[in-house]
Amino acid sequence: MDLALSGEQEALRDTVARFFSKVASAERVRAAEPLGFDAAVWRGLADMGVPTMAADGGATLADVSVVAREAGAHLAPVPIVEAAVTNRLLTRCAHAVDDTTVRTLALRPATGGRAALVPGGAVAAEVVVLGGGDLLLVRPGPTGERRAPANLGSAPLADIDITAGRRSLLTPADGSAVDEHARALDEWRALTASWLVGLGRAALDLGVSYVKDRRQFGVPIGSFQAVQHRLADLATALDGAALLADKAVWTLDTDAPGAATFPAMAFSYCGEAAQRAAAASLHLHGGYGFMEEYDIQLHFRRAKAARLVLADPCRELVGLADRLFGPVETSTGAGR
Amino acid sequence: MDFSLPPEVEAFRAEVRAFLAEHVTDEVIERAHATGTMHDWGLHRQMAAEGWLSAGWPAEFGGQGRSPLEMNALTEEMYLSGAPVDGLGVASLVAHTLLIDGTDWQKRTVIPRILSGEVMCCLGYSEPDAGSDVAACATRAVRDGDEWVINGQKMFTTLAHEAHYVFLLTRTNPDVAKHEGLTMFLVPMDTPGIEITPVHTMGGERTNITFYTDVRVDDRHRVGEVDGGWKVMMTALVFERNSAWYGECVRLLDTAVAWATSARDADGRRLIDDPLVRERLARAAVGNEVANLLGWRAAWMAAEGQLPGVEGTMAKLFTTEHYQQAADDLIDILGPEGLRRHGEPGAAADGWVEATYRHCQVTTIYGGTSEVCRGIIAERGLGLPRSRSSR
Ligand SMILES: Cc1cc2nc3c(=O)[nH]c(=O)nc-3n(C[C@H](O)[C@H](O)[C@H](O)COP(=O)(O)OP(=O)(O)OC[C@H]3O[C@@H](n4cnc5c(N)ncnc54)[C@H](O)[C@@H]3O)c2cc1C
Repeated sequence: MDLALSGEQEALRDTVARFFSKVASAERVRAAEPLGFDAAVWRGLADMGVPTMAADGGATLADVSVVAREAGAHLAPVPIVEAAVTNRLLTRCAHAVDDTTVRTLALRPATGGRAALVPGGAVAAEVVVLGGGDLLLVRPGPTGERRAPANLGSAPLADIDITAGRRSLLTPADGSAVDEHARALDEWRALTASWLVGLGRAALDLGVSYVKDRRQFGVPIGSFQAVQHRLADLATALDGAALLADKAVWTLDTDAPGAATFPAMAFSYCGEAAQRAAAASLHLHGGYGFMEEYDIQLHFRRAKAARLVLADPCRELVGLADRLFGPVETSTGAGR
Repeated sequence: MDFSLPPEVEAFRAEVRAFLAEHVTDEVIERAHATGTMHDWGLHRQMAAEGWLSAGWPAEFGGQGRSPLEMNALTEEMYLSGAPVDGLGVASLVAHTLLIDGTDWQKRTVIPRILSGEVMCCLGYSEPDAGSDVAACATRAVRDGDEWVINGQKMFTTLAHEAHYVFLLTRTNPDVAKHEGLTMFLVPMDTPGIEITPVHTMGGERTNITFYTDVRVDDRHRVGEVDGGWKVMMTALVFERNSAWYGECVRLLDTAVAWATSARDADGRRLIDDPLVRERLARAAVGNEVANLLGWRAAWMAAEGQLPGVEGTMAKLFTTEHYQQAADDLIDILGPEGLRRHGEPGAAADGWVEATYRHCQVTTIYGGTSEVCRGIIAERGLGLPRSRSSR
């Protein structure tokens, strides 16, 4: 048992944190809205080799998770989790990958020739889509084939028409297309969970420093128990969330027992914790938290959006139940 | 990072599990449930004979020198087994505190008898007017030559009716700030002047009120300095355990899953196939993992030589709050059938969910209420300015 980052991981964390503080400052995050993409941030990550670092077995998902957590903490406007997961999936399909190309995957199978609300889909040159039981590599053209709707999280989501544009069939080396997509999706869950922990802790930090400074009734509002206790609950939930995300990533890296359940547990719990932290922190800013000028609204919108982009969170829990307790028995039993 | 336990911890866990499977019989569990006394002398002494009361102790005390990780596995297994082992926790807390703050005489005479399973202790902190604010303690101890004369009343002295010693917090100086006039004693329960009145609780656990009238004890029963009782309390609080409730949460979920898998609705469908049931079971399972990880983090920090004060508090707070939420959700999925008590023929899940629903309410109260825990996390963990209520 070792719950600390390795020396290399600490160095990686410090490097990306420094980079994001400089290049993905709150002003830059705002400037990237509404699309939610900053090419300079992407280039920086590409120069560091992050998008493919875990594609060739050189680094682990745990290493990517370190980056994802910092990306969440800074709300870095790049689909780095999607790219890392997609590059791994493509490698399993013997498809060459590189750091500069923005790649993503559709979280849900395409229906009616359309992949809806693909994260990173508005800016990706290549999109992996599960359609009709096949894995397709879609390269949306410059016009018409994708639409990027304005959205709650100011994320580069897109609806993509997969019948137009160039596309090719991907063949996984082993495992079916559906299984490989499911595996990529679990990696996405675990890494997004980590991203959400970063976001949640950053939101909590904003709240904590605000309540230390802000005075009402002659004292800092952080000395009121009603305020303290809410933050204490969230600090606890986020510590639990961080451990759960770390364990989810670890189960995937080591193929440990729990690899089938922990990613979904982490995604569910970390999303909830991050969302609650951002909401409480916004609330504890009073009316100022509701102003666009204050940063907490950036976290608040993204926390919800990152959860909901996959599915109704309640349905995620029901899906988790399938993995924990076995599938639903469809035929009626011996009852009467 | 590595979430797997070292092989020696897993091996020790397996050993403990095998022992408990044999000795924690239904009879032991039923007896604890019926009497409300969460201590079983037979089991306690068998565990002592295995060397597990002293497993975490150095060899000079006959211990096995087990690491904090091994001890966490031991505690986890004990509570997973459903064994009534509250007494064991109290006894080892007192023994550890004596090791740090006790006199040579206390170390020589009392510690070995605790670790051998011969004697049991209880905690006399809480009073009618001093609960969360335990330093407001009013039970008076007045010096008389080589002796002390103690008068007062303690609330919730759990296991007093089984114990040989009470670890008693007293006021020796009423004229100084409340934390500075306290003194701790380890008082033999057979000292004249101690009276015990049983207190029965909603959860079925028995506790007691203890009365102390002109109780005379020799000064050698004093633990720590005169007026230094708060320092001893601080030592003792470090040894309060927090893995107990995780095991209880797992037992609760296992019980509910087993019930939902066999129970059928009016149309003959398994209850576990109902999405309303599945969602709540899954939610409870997630919370259990979070509780587990927070508990192990605290144990891991201790193994690394750190003092997990805030982290242990987080584990206690999270696990007990989650436990209550889970019990509430899981009794609901039983529907009206969840109302039948343990022992009633045909009770859903043998009535254990109902029993748990009552019992778990106390877990956010004793061992530091949730509010006290949140105060510690807010002020010591997050560095928030002190609130008026933590003075
Ligand atoms: C079954 C059982 C077994 C027990 N066993 C023992 C034992 O063996 N030995 C022993 O010494 N004690 C024991 N206790 C006592 C237990 O430790 C106390 O009940 C607990 O510390 C709370 O004290 P209280 O009951 O006086 O409640 P109070 O302290 O009066 O609290 C009442 C409410 O006020 C809240 N509150 C209090 N202070 C604050 C604050 N500063 N900020 C915000 N909210 C606050 C509390 O959180 C609680 O919700 C036991 C209790 C029970 C029920």
